[in-house]
Amino acid sequence: MEALLAFWDGAVGSSYAFWSATLVRATPLLLVGLAVAVAFRAGVLNIGAEGQLVLGAIAASGVALAFPSWPSLLLIPAMIAGGAAGGAVWAGIAAWLRHRFGVLEVISTIMLNFVAAAFISWMVRGPLQEPTKVYPMSVSFSESARWPFLLSGQRTHLGLLLGVFAALLLWFVLTRTAAGFRVRAIGAGAAAAESAGGVDARGLRWRVFVASGALAGLAGASEVGGVTWALYEGISPGYGYTAIAVALLARLDPRGVVLTALFFGALEAGGASMQRNAGVPAVTVQIITAGVLLSVLAFARWRVGQREGSLS
Amino acid sequence: MLELTLVPFLEAAVRTATPLAFAALGELVAERAGVINLGLEGTIIAGCLGGAAAAMFGGAGVGFIGAAAAGLAMALVFAVFVVHVKTDQIITGTALTLLGLGITGSIYHLRPALVGAGTSLPTTGPVAIPLLSEIPIVGSALFAQPWPTYSLYLMVPALAWWLARTQAGLGLRAVGEHPEAAAAAGLSPQRIRFAAICFSGAMGGLCGGTLVLAQVGSFNEGMSAGRGFIAIAIVVLGRWTPWGTAGAALVFGGAFAFQYLAQSLGLGWPYQLFLAMPYVLTLALLAAQRGRAAAPAHLGR
Repeated sequence: MEALLAFWDGAVGSSYAFWSATLVRATPLLLVGLAVAVAFRAGVLNIGAEGQLVLGAIAASGVALAFPSWPSLLLIPAMIAGGAAGGAVWAGIAAWLRHRFGVLEVISTIMLNFVAAAFISWMVRGPLQEPTKVYPMSVSFSESARWPFLLSGQRTHLGLLLGVFAALLLWFVLTRTAAGFRVRAIGAGAAAAESAGGVDARGLRWRVFVASGALAGLAGASEVGGVTWALYEGISPGYGYTAIAVALLARLDPRGVVLTALFFGALEAGGASMQRNAGVPAVTVQIITAGVLLSVLAFARWRVGQREGSLS
Repeated sequence: MLELTLVPFLEAAVRTATPLAFAALGELVAERAGVINLGLEGTIIAGCLGGAAAAMFGGAGVGFIGAAAAGLAMALVFAVFVVHVKTDQIITGTALTLLGLGITGSIYHLRPALVGAGTSLPTTGPVAIPLLSEIPIVGSALFAQPWPTYSLYLMVPALAWWLARTQAGLGLRAVGEHPEAAAAAGLSPQRIRFAAICFSGAMGGLCGGTLVLAQVGSFNEGMSAGRGFIAIAIVVLGRWTPWGTAGAALVFGGAFAFQYLAQSLGLGWPYQLFLAMPYVLTLALLAAQRGRAAAPAHLGR
């Protein structure tokens, strides 16, 4: 009971909790959730959003630390571009391995997650470490590299706007354009889309994979630019894995991802509060995430069963 | 020179390969039946915890039984969802990994005494086999290990024989290649897949048990450290055969052990390079065996 109260207080119990805890945690989940959703839509099993997020965070930090005196109007867009590029390159490796060598992306993206973890561990103890060389982190970003808050007095930042914009854009592209139709077609059945629709499934998968990485990289940029203002090793507490639940609960609909990211953001915020105030470990939230995933899977199968039953 | 570099390297390679081989051989059986179990990571960490908790009660031997039972329990959840509810294997596996990490992490924080935090667990040490362990260079690496390693020396040939030469092994492979044909021949693909998943769960649990009871000596949160995912890659590298899988596990053990070798050789590279190397090596080897891999035709469906 005490734990539940702490959960409520930390997630939605006050306007501060909602704006500064829940929304701040929903922001990376929204961007990575979109990354997973668009990949799964095209039948690309990108389990590597975690690594792509990390690379985005490193790249955006590199930009922020290299050009600290640039004005915000120049520096923040450069960080956004850098983060997206970092994630895109990391996803691009897996896409290249898939198309050139036939290495399954499920395995390659997971391996690349581990490589990314080693890479950031080296970055914060090597090239990007703070000058005293004591702490495994970068120096704090200059004022102009810190992303603006949306309202004064709370911590929701520019990243949330980017995420909502990306969701709307993705929804529009997927449902209202020919390219989006082709993406959905290869997701439903690549062979049919190629033979009946003349779709170049390979080329399209490449592009979707890289776009998915760019979105995940954007989440990394948003974390360092909007939340931590420095590069840390533990920049993501597994957002890339939670994102799979975020995307599936939304049934891969970008508009739905906005809502499910909010739901999981509240879960994360409440979990952190439970840990602080009731001694319940934050990792307990993972049990809930797993439970949600399994319930969604079972429910989706049950619906399919109902439909098949009504046909026959 | 060899005594100081190569011998410790080989010992470390076999030691590191042992838990990986348990998990990979279990995964191999599941995959030959057409099931890819991405929940293996969660199964292994459950085995770590089950092994530690059971060893607190009845010693190392009971610990291994507890480890296998914990892995089996995780596999049962996976099997019910994948075989009976027919959910997507990749996503169900991801959920199971989160579940295993969440449950074990929570228990570790809330009931540390249950997993023996702060006390020393009963463990099983290396047993040197007379004569064999005195073979130069490779002797101590192969024949002065804890008994889980020796059990693999029996298990690999037994599994190879079972898969290739027995009726049941043929049935298992048939289900992975062509479940409709297997069903037409009077087999039950559902029942065979269920059993194969249970076997992979128990083996994943033993992987965790070996880690805790024959190597580390304590339970730590997240100590499976990606071994489940590596084991899945090992099966691919080993081309879905028991001997190939054992060999690939050894290559991996070597990649992990390379950091000890590099330290003793005094190479001044950043240690993160060695942390990343096994994963980079996997990607390189997977790319190199392009087109020659023979995955079961119905894997993942």
